[in-house]
Amino acid sequence: MTATEIKTKTASWLDERLPLSAIREFLDHKTVPVHSATRWYYFGGITLFLFGVQIVTGLLLMLYYRPTVAESFDSVRFIMTRVQFGWLVRSIHSWSANLLIFVAFVHMFSVAFTHAYRRPRELTWLSGIALLGLMLAFGFSGYLLPWNQISYFATKVGTDVAASTPIVGEALARFLRGGDDVGSATLTRFFAFHVILLPMIAGGLVALHLLLVQTSGMSTPPWIPESRVRQMRFFPNFFLREVMVWYGALAVLGALAAIFPWELGEKADPFASAPKGIRPEWYFLATFYTLKLIPSHVWIFEGEIMGLLGFAVLAVGWALLPFWGVTRAGEARTRVVTGIGVALVSYLITFTILGYYK
Amino acid sequence: MLSWVVGGGALASIASFLYPVIRFMAPPQVTEAAVNEVAAGKVQDLKPNSGKIIKFGNKPALLVRVNQTDWKAFSAVCTHLNCTVQYRDTTQQIWCACHNGTYDMTGRVVSGPPPRGLEEFAVNVRGDDVVISKRT
Amino acid sequence: MKPFRVVLTFAAALFLAPVLLPGQQPVTDTCVACHSALVDDLQKPATLFKDDIHSSKGLSCADCHGGDRTKDDMSVAMDPAKGFLGKPKRTAIPQLCSRCHSDAKFMGKFRPQPRVDQFTLYKTSIHGKRLATGDENVATCIDCHSVHDIRAVKDPRATVYPLNVPHTCGQCHADSKHMAKYGIPTDQLDKYHTSVHWNALTKGNDLSAPTCASCHGNHGAKPPEVASVSAVCGTCHVSFAQNYDKSIHQPLFSEAPGGGGCVVCHTNHGIQMPSTAMLSGPKAVCTQCHDAASDGGKAAAEMAGWVDGLDAALKRSEGVLMSADKSGMEVSEAQLRLSDGRENLVKAKLAMHTFNPDEMHKPILAGMAIADETLKVGQAALREKNYRRWGLAVSSLLIAITLAAIWFLLRRMEAGGAGYRPASTHAPYR
Repeated sequence: MTATEIKTKTASWLDERLPLSAIREFLDHKTVPVHSATRWYYFGGITLFLFGVQIVTGLLLMLYYRPTVAESFDSVRFIMTRVQFGWLVRSIHSWSANLLIFVAFVHMFSVAFTHAYRRPRELTWLSGIALLGLMLAFGFSGYLLPWNQISYFATKVGTDVAASTPIVGEALARFLRGGDDVGSATLTRFFAFHVILLPMIAGGLVALHLLLVQTSGMSTPPWIPESRVRQMRFFPNFFLREVMVWYGALAVLGALAAIFPWELGEKADPFASAPKGIRPEWYFLATFYTLKLIPSHVWIFEGEIMGLLGFAVLAVGWALLPFWGVTRAGEARTRVVTGIGVALVSYLITFTILGYYK
Repeated sequence: MLSWVVGGGALASIASFLYPVIRFMAPPQVTEAAVNEVAAGKVQDLKPNSGKIIKFGNKPALLVRVNQTDWKAFSAVCTHLNCTVQYRDTTQQIWCACHNGTYDMTGRVVSGPPPRGLEEFAVNVRGDDVVISKRT
Repeated sequence: MKPFRVVLTFAAALFLAPVLLPGQQPVTDTCVACHSALVDDLQKPATLFKDDIHSSKGLSCADCHGGDRTKDDMSVAMDPAKGFLGKPKRTAIPQLCSRCHSDAKFMGKFRPQPRVDQFTLYKTSIHGKRLATGDENVATCIDCHSVHDIRAVKDPRATVYPLNVPHTCGQCHADSKHMAKYGIPTDQLDKYHTSVHWNALTKGNDLSAPTCASCHGNHGAKPPEVASVSAVCGTCHVSFAQNYDKSIHQPLFSEAPGGGGCVVCHTNHGIQMPSTAMLSGPKAVCTQCHDAASDGGKAAAEMAGWVDGLDAALKRSEGVLMSADKSGMEVSEAQLRLSDGRENLVKAKLAMHTFNPDEMHKPILAGMAIADETLKVGQAALREKNYRRWGLAVSSLLIAITLAAIWFLLRRMEAGGAGYRPASTHAPYR
């Protein structure tokens, strides 16, 4: 039998049993609008790709990582120094985590500015917001796992902020920490969150998000009339381009891992005083700095509670964008949303920078 | 031709990703990460009333076979100025050649300049193997 | 009625004193009870006494000063017929203390292994000899141990606790007016405070470091005899003393005026941390006797060069290993080996005290070999780090080639507009 014959025979055998032809039909017809904002379509894919990188590198790290206070730091050092290419896998995991969150934000804001949240894509937006929250939770829980000085104290600070939430604060902090202090119980449950609970939820939401994207197709920005837009075939044209972008991202990750390896730090010592200028990772800096700026009392309320309340209102408001960002007729309120979006981005960027330098 | 380059490039680059992954999954020579425990050789390797220096983490440790059945182990880093101590079978004490510090078999300083005793480690004989571990 | 009331009050005070006044012994001690109610110098001993070790052992004033501690009546309690001595003369103090402290049977009641030789030693000391001639200016028991609030030696508040000993000796020996008639220097305390031994005591938490008493003795205090200086230093610095005693300097330095042995190079009170600056350079000790061109001068220069050379080589290896370690390379084995190298440096400095370069050469060579070996390991680790960067470059190149190829493939595919659908009213979705 020739190679082609083998191929056709296998294909038809599978086709009888799996909906392969339906998938092929779908892919054949899937198109991507070509216009000035097309480049922003790549960002969802990059986010997905980086998430995949996290899963693969995370699985590999789990072969050697030990989630106990006595051994976690040493096991990470072991990975960095003894395991073949351990330095590469670990540094890629840490860098990719940060790039993933950054790209997720870019993806979200690009969707907001191209107004792709309009009907019928509200659920896609909501699931995406939930995913962003999950990515931040991944970052927070994963950060503690190497159990070095910075991660230990950053977690302490983070759970202390959680504790100041009104009403549920104390209970929430106890739930996160697994007790009254950040310790071995915290490490165990953060590990459980990071490798099974959050991935399960995120996996489900990603599947939903992707399904919704396929069924509703790619949205075109409101300022571009549909009739004037060329469509590019998804497969193979857009797909090949996307592969290029993903490959480029992989090259960037490799370079970062080799040239700026992620540091090991010093083993956490709960009895030492917190390192000077301790602060959370960059993606929490804006909120952290804002909380620092709020005076201890605003009118009759405690400053920190007002801050947290403010963030909660902001987050919920932004999540509900598909509902207030459109007119009754379903038209996007482009000026309002773009204005608020720009303000939000500027606030985040400015306060992140300020939080870094102060 | 171009498709060959694409295919070839794709395969080569995928190989360059898979190679580290596969090497990563193969366990390295030294399988223990944290040093709380170190294999110190076989029972037959050390005669009664003698000692030897072994590596414990990145510091030396002194393993002493006191007699046929009793073993002792200490940190071999002299508490005076960090020279490596040794076992003296003639006096059955631990001695530091640098400034003549002497310790007894409980790790306590007997004479000389060391300000503190030697940290003692636990020794377990598992069959033929001698294992030294930190006392918790 | 008035006098009766006074007496009544007084009696009541006496009766209640054991209960009311703090630090009273359950056994009647009328001395302390009565003196506590007095003022100034008569009250002071009673106030101090509760901190005294004698008090805690159940002894009282009468056990030293004589008299009867059970009687309230002053004239009975302080009756010379009952052995009351009042304030003893200074020259009688050591004898007084030794009444108990030289009595092995008596001291055995308080601890199983008492020392009872203090008075015998004291009599051999300069202080004891001068006191015997009637010189009241010298130290007696109470000048060092304090009086009425004597504490155990291991009590950090004791005047004879190791950290406090220099100050206690210095009370007389650093006072130029006090020492004027003896013609001995009074700068020892100041010099000692700059010394490496004082530093070890105060900053190094090393209570075994020497104080005045460690070298001069305490009860039998006197300057060590010239011939025994190296024996004194050699109590702790054993190997150095052994090497020195075998060396050519030993018989020569025994004749040195003002103290011989180790003191000739290291001085006595203000001993500094030794370094190769003592061997060569402007502050060198060797050049005080040896010409630079002489055998001795050349030996000194050679040995200084070796020590500095080995130190520099070890530091270099340490630096390379540290930078490899920081880049994530595994070099703990080599870092361990480096400590062997440091040990050889210590041995070399030890061997220097034979003043024979041949003796020093062995540890120097061994140390240099280790420095060399560890340097190679460190450099290999840094090379491995670079290898990784090259590996990255290779895979990046492969990726770039693939990307370029895909790009050209796409261009070719889409040359005729293939893969695009024109804008139309038929949108596949929505």
